[in-house]
Amino acid sequence: MNKDSNTKSMSMIVTKGSLDWAYPPFILATTAAAMGLDVTMFFTFYGLTLLKKKLDMSVTTLGNPAMAMPMFGMHMAMPNVMSVIPGVDAAATAMMKNLIKKKGVASIEELRATAVESDVKMIACQMTMDLFEYTMDDMIEGPVLGGAATYIENATKCDINLFI
Amino acid sequence: MADQSLDVKGLNCPLPILRAKKALKDVAVGGTLEVLATDPGAVKDFEAFCRTTGNELLSSKEEGKVFSFVIKRTA
Repeated sequence: MNKDSNTKSMSMIVTKGSLDWAYPPFILATTAAAMGLDVTMFFTFYGLTLLKKKLDMSVTTLGNPAMAMPMFGMHMAMPNVMSVIPGVDAAATAMMKNLIKKKGVASIEELRATAVESDVKMIACQMTMDLFEYTMDDMIEGPVLGGAATYIENATKCDINLFI
Repeated sequence: MADQSLDVKGLNCPLPILRAKKALKDVAVGGTLEVLATDPGAVKDFEAFCRTTGNELLSSKEEGKVFSFVIKRTA
């Protein structure tokens, strides 16, 4: 990887761990790395779950008023309130996983492995690791611990800074 | 004929770009890689990829539902 002054860089804060929110950070990070950027991902709060050795992500209809699943030849809206019915969130998750497979979309596991292979730097927020009582043993190999100052210093040098 | 061919038909963004990047590592500098994709987004993506990485997009064609790109590795 060339680290001359022409190399662009990107940093992102990853705060969410649901299946739908796992995609933007990993797609952007891997694509940017493939295009020659230096990428750093800072995982905090629920984003930490994306670093776990065994990923177990789901989606919910709650808080996703714009969610509309392709069903019965049209797009079925998924009102927030549906989430209260037992089994609905599990069904929405299953539906999402099915669509991902059917449409040839990469799995998060593959995207994450590609990110690690592409030397994307991953930092796990020390404070929220402690808050949720995670240890580095729960996580995949690669990420290092860091705090807010670590993120800020890196961000001052990056061309693109994203909050996801 | 390109030196190497990569089939990413049926795969969605960002896989065409990621797989092409990997495949280019095995292409000699100056050599070419042909990529076959069905993802319509790949057309603009490969243009952007080549502009940003300095690799040359020699051709970008559409035949039926298949898009074919030929990329020359420049570095």
